[in-house]
Amino acid sequence: MLKTLWSAPLTAKLGVLVIICYVVVAVFAPVLAPYKETSIVGASYELWSDEYLLGTDNIGRDMLTRLIFGARNTIGIAFATVLLAFIVGGTLGMLAAILGGWYDLVIGRIVDILMAIPSLVFALLLLTVFGTSIPSLIIIIALLDSTRVFRISRSAAMNVVVMEFVEAARLRGEGMAWIIRKELLPNITAPLLAEFGLRFCFVFLFIASLSFLGLGIQPPLADWGSMVRENATLITYNDITPLLPAVAIAGLTVAVNFVVDWMLHLSSGLKKEHQ
Amino acid sequence: MSSVLKIVLQRLGLGLLTLFAVSIIIAFVVELLPGDITQAILGQSATPETVAAFRKEIGLDRPAHIRYFEWLGGMVQGDLGQSLASKREISEFVGTRLSNTLFLGGLASAIAVPLALILGLLAALYRNSIYDRIVNLLTLTSISFPEFFVAYILILFLSVKAGFFPGISNVSTDLAFSEQLFRTILPALTLTLVVLAHMLRMTRAAIINLLSSPYIEMASLKGTKPFRIIFHHALPNAWGPIVNVIALNLAYLVVGVVVVEVVFVYPGLGQLLVDSVSKRDLPVVQACSIIFAAVYILLNLFADIVSIISNPRLLHPR
Repeated sequence: MLKTLWSAPLTAKLGVLVIICYVVVAVFAPVLAPYKETSIVGASYELWSDEYLLGTDNIGRDMLTRLIFGARNTIGIAFATVLLAFIVGGTLGMLAAILGGWYDLVIGRIVDILMAIPSLVFALLLLTVFGTSIPSLIIIIALLDSTRVFRISRSAAMNVVVMEFVEAARLRGEGMAWIIRKELLPNITAPLLAEFGLRFCFVFLFIASLSFLGLGIQPPLADWGSMVRENATLITYNDITPLLPAVAIAGLTVAVNFVVDWMLHLSSGLKKEHQ
Repeated sequence: MSSVLKIVLQRLGLGLLTLFAVSIIIAFVVELLPGDITQAILGQSATPETVAAFRKEIGLDRPAHIRYFEWLGGMVQGDLGQSLASKREISEFVGTRLSNTLFLGGLASAIAVPLALILGLLAALYRNSIYDRIVNLLTLTSISFPEFFVAYILILFLSVKAGFFPGISNVSTDLAFSEQLFRTILPALTLTLVVLAHMLRMTRAAIINLLSSPYIEMASLKGTKPFRIIFHHALPNAWGPIVNVIALNLAYLVVGVVVVEVVFVYPGLGQLLVDSVSKRDLPVVQACSIIFAAVYILLNLFADIVSIISNPRLLHPR
């Protein structure tokens, strides 16, 4: 694993490094941040100074602190959402590949219809109805995203289901869970992992957009999308502070995209071309 | 030709069916509202009598499927119901909003589509060159940017620092066309940057895929000039995938427009949708959702049909 990483292109190495930095910041947020997440420490919109390294926000909370805690909330919620989407979509997709027939047809059509509605619009409709608490945010976006995961995992599993070893396992009388876990999953891990990275980027940006619209993660929790929205007026005064959370968002998605790009190259067998 | 017509008609039917299914889903989701819509409007302290009276007033006392068909029937005739917040007919103000959004989307695609096609074609022709690698790096980076980030960067540089364009796009119908165009430039540029990368990458992939097919290799082996290969051999087969790419991205644009409209305070349908969601004005949300979904489905359908029609193998059956 480490050996393949060593021979990876520069962009992929950089991506891995950046991702590790983000995770460290997210995990050790309370240690790294100079103040508490929601405490008001000064006047609103203070400039950058020794006391407040990046100034304060619209109601006087320390910007750097919010930025560090934002890593925790924004990345954590996006990660939980993608994980849930993969558990639901992946299981349904693999079941569709194994069972086939009516089950495959019905789930496939439902997914088709759900994908015919633009996801941001559908998410807004669902959030109007169910409210914008964090659990409902995670469940709604995971549900919308599991449709894509369903398609990917179904088509990946389709190629494996026809293999002899799956047939042998079936004839041995193994249960559905065993076949999925021991026969299917190890063989479709590579494409699913790359897809996980892509979906993470998508969900991460999606939640950031929702929060920016004021309909995602709700205050007083620190979150990068809503931080941009709350402090946006500063931009008209030629101050770049409100853009920093957006830079943080972009930095992580660029890093993940670089790594995914490399993983896709690896699995498509085009190793030589990239170097 | 008749077989093409049959496939196209089939797709059209399927599209209508999808639209119908989507309308059912949207109506069903609204039915799911926990508690009741009346409680959301009147508040927790409303007496049972006022709740009952209000339910009767907005027709909630009748069964769900009857209300659904009434709503659908109204939709078809252009009657979208009444806003809960302002008590106005939705069809009165949704029209100008929609045309504003279509204007913005149209302007953005008028810039983005030709640009993406040319840059994507060049990247495919000179693949693995320095140009291709730079394009690859830049597009990968810009795909990772949230829309509002692109929007604020443009505002910061082109509006605040340079002062070229207004940072707020408050267009209205009584403005002259040139003024309207001028105020819409910044949001349109933002949307262009947002879809350009996707479109460019997909165009590049489609062309590369095509150029690696045996008949192109044959053409180049027999000494055909590169220019002629592209325009005579490759392009007739490439139109399908390319139009598909364009329509898919226009469909994406329809949704991306929501965030951009909010940033620039542009009076379009997306802004209306977001406002109504925060006010929990369900009839308006419902109407906006179905309009957005319809445009999205129509664009996808259009992509499907064009890629069928432009397929030379289907047009000249043996």
